[in-house]
Amino acid sequence: MSQFVRFTIDGTECMAAKGQYIVEAAKENGVYIPTLCNFPGVKPKGGCRICTIRVNGRLMTACTTPVAEDMSIENEVKDIRELRKSIVELLMVEGNHFCPACEKSGQCELQALAYRFQIMAPRFPYQFPVRKIDASHPKIMKDQNRCIQCKRCIRAIKDEKGRNIFAYRKRSSSVEVVVDVKLGKQLTDELAQKAMDVCPVGSILVKEKGFVIPIGERKYDNMPIGSDIENMQVSKI
Amino acid sequence: MGQKITIEPVTRVEGHGKVTIHLDNEGNIEQTRLHIVEFRGFERFVQGRPYWEMPVLVQRLCGICPVSHHLAAAKALDVIVGAGNGDDLTPTGEKMRRLMHYGQMFQSHTLHFFHLASPDLLFGIDADPVKRNVINIAAVNRDLAIQAVMMRKYGQEVIQATAGKKIHGTGAIPGGINKHLSEEERDSLLDGDDYMNIDKMIEWSLAAIEFFKDYHKKNKEIIDGFIEFPSSFLSLVRKDGALDLYHGVLRAVDDQGKKILHDVDYQEYDKYIDEEVRSWSYMKFPYLKEFGKKAGWYTVGPLARMNTIDFIDTPLAQKEFEEFRAYNDGKPSLRPMHSHWARLIEIIHSAEKIKMLLNDPDLMEGELVKKGTKQYEGVGLIEAPRGTLFHHYKIDDNDQIVMANLIVSTTNNNQPMNEAVNQVATRVMTGQTEITEGMMNAVEVAIRAYDPCLSCATHALGQMPLEISLYDANDRLINRRVKE
Repeated sequence: MSQFVRFTIDGTECMAAKGQYIVEAAKENGVYIPTLCNFPGVKPKGGCRICTIRVNGRLMTACTTPVAEDMSIENEVKDIRELRKSIVELLMVEGNHFCPACEKSGQCELQALAYRFQIMAPRFPYQFPVRKIDASHPKIMKDQNRCIQCKRCIRAIKDEKGRNIFAYRKRSSSVEVVVDVKLGKQLTDELAQKAMDVCPVGSILVKEKGFVIPIGERKYDNMPIGSDIENMQVSKI
Repeated sequence: MGQKITIEPVTRVEGHGKVTIHLDNEGNIEQTRLHIVEFRGFERFVQGRPYWEMPVLVQRLCGICPVSHHLAAAKALDVIVGAGNGDDLTPTGEKMRRLMHYGQMFQSHTLHFFHLASPDLLFGIDADPVKRNVINIAAVNRDLAIQAVMMRKYGQEVIQATAGKKIHGTGAIPGGINKHLSEEERDSLLDGDDYMNIDKMIEWSLAAIEFFKDYHKKNKEIIDGFIEFPSSFLSLVRKDGALDLYHGVLRAVDDQGKKILHDVDYQEYDKYIDEEVRSWSYMKFPYLKEFGKKAGWYTVGPLARMNTIDFIDTPLAQKEFEEFRAYNDGKPSLRPMHSHWARLIEIIHSAEKIKMLLNDPDLMEGELVKKGTKQYEGVGLIEAPRGTLFHHYKIDDNDQIVMANLIVSTTNNNQPMNEAVNQVATRVMTGQTEITEGMMNAVEVAIRAYDPCLSCATHALGQMPLEISLYDANDRLINRRVKE
């Protein structure tokens, strides 16, 4: 039987199974902690830092920190909110994110977070990096302009032997996510669709299929990101 | 001393252009030019993008009639995904697109007639510009202003129901459409409250053309006598010669109505049409190859359509078309101000078509998309509000665009607009020592008759300053007049 722990988020008493990551524990208590690189069922990485929280006075990532007894967690506080907003703003200007013609618009987590943080105009200068589209794979297209290097595809999409089909190439600011030349040939239609769904932005696109979900039915059209968790009925302790 | 007059920007048109008029030492018109001074570069920067993005990406050319670009691109891509040449889609796919297009035609024509052109008709070309605007129409004719706003709103609601958004939707996808019309959407358009129903739109469309005809009777010198020059006309027509704004074959007639382009398949448009580049404008000059650069130019748009077609397949618009044809003795109208008349006939036709489609069950159920064997090249043509719109794409093995050619409606009207400017400027400015506000507006009225979308971009209505500069023969500024 699971052992439960008690903790607080922004002063509210919460309870969760011991060892659960804070982001999941918060979710079960109706508290949304924004994430980008985290994906259910995939080992957390703590790479994007969007889920930064303050635990007992120290900044931690909620996706990689297990919840523990008597933790005092700060989530919706001004400085943390500002920090998260800055990360989204930096990601927006670092790549070439042109939402109007993007297939993922309305389903994109980066765009949805920009709406959540009410980012109306860029605070930082656009970098306009020169990046290419790799369209050589027969099933998917990799648009490097939109990649935020969250590594979700690398961690989630594997062949039957558990090998990564996506991989990093190059280093530092030139780093890019690519399809493994050999293993990429094993990408099934199902895995291709999964890769597109796993990608939080519009960087991985299944070929020959675009804009099939009408406006009004896209994931975030009527349900802003996080609202499903925040509107959840949670029995209070 | 020779003079150069610049009208920049031209107002109450979509986009940014300027007119230069060169006067010689005697004050005679030496040369007139309509310059398009914005550069967009869409044809270049779409290269490399996946083909299925085109309908959503290229519609950003324009905020006034994005639906036209959206549909023209989708039609070109229908060919690429093997869904046939425009008339082989599923019934739902084609009819939803048609509904979107008629909604677009209805709102765009309404916008032009009421908001942009009617101030000239109601208050006069020479009227004080403070009064000669759509705000003053609301002040002096409240009912007309309400009709204008509500008719445009209705057209936009049709677009939203079919494309998902009023501006820059995503409804049309290669091979079809991405949604059905819901029962709720259909009912609200058929029988909505607060004027928002199709019967009220048809009633108001008929009232609008009566308003125009009444004005025409009393102001023949403006509508018939203001500008007139010979031109060829080009448009899509349905295979049986009917007006078809969505799909058809390419037909051109000369100034006597004789066919000079014989209902050809538009997939081969580049066999018949070419574009000339002139150094002083970013807008190209298309022409019919058979007749050469000088004589091959043609007019597109509502007036061209009324001049090329044989009939209209909706009764109320057909009745008005017959009257229009009879007035012009069965020949093409060579008077650009008749474009307003033609536009109003098309508003009625669009409203009638919307009503027919709303009562069609195919919109609410059935297959949305059709696909076949992939092709590497496709051409999509549509009759946009401002005229025939050409989209032509080529893709590579990786599904990326390698070539895009867009001949926008207004581009087709480049030479006719220059002709119209020249004719009006020659008449009102020759020998004049002072250039008045009325003369300036007369030139703009001539351009406005074509409802040009100069950059196919959005510019806020009424916020564009008008600047006229007078230069002497040495290009020295001698006078400048600015209207905010």
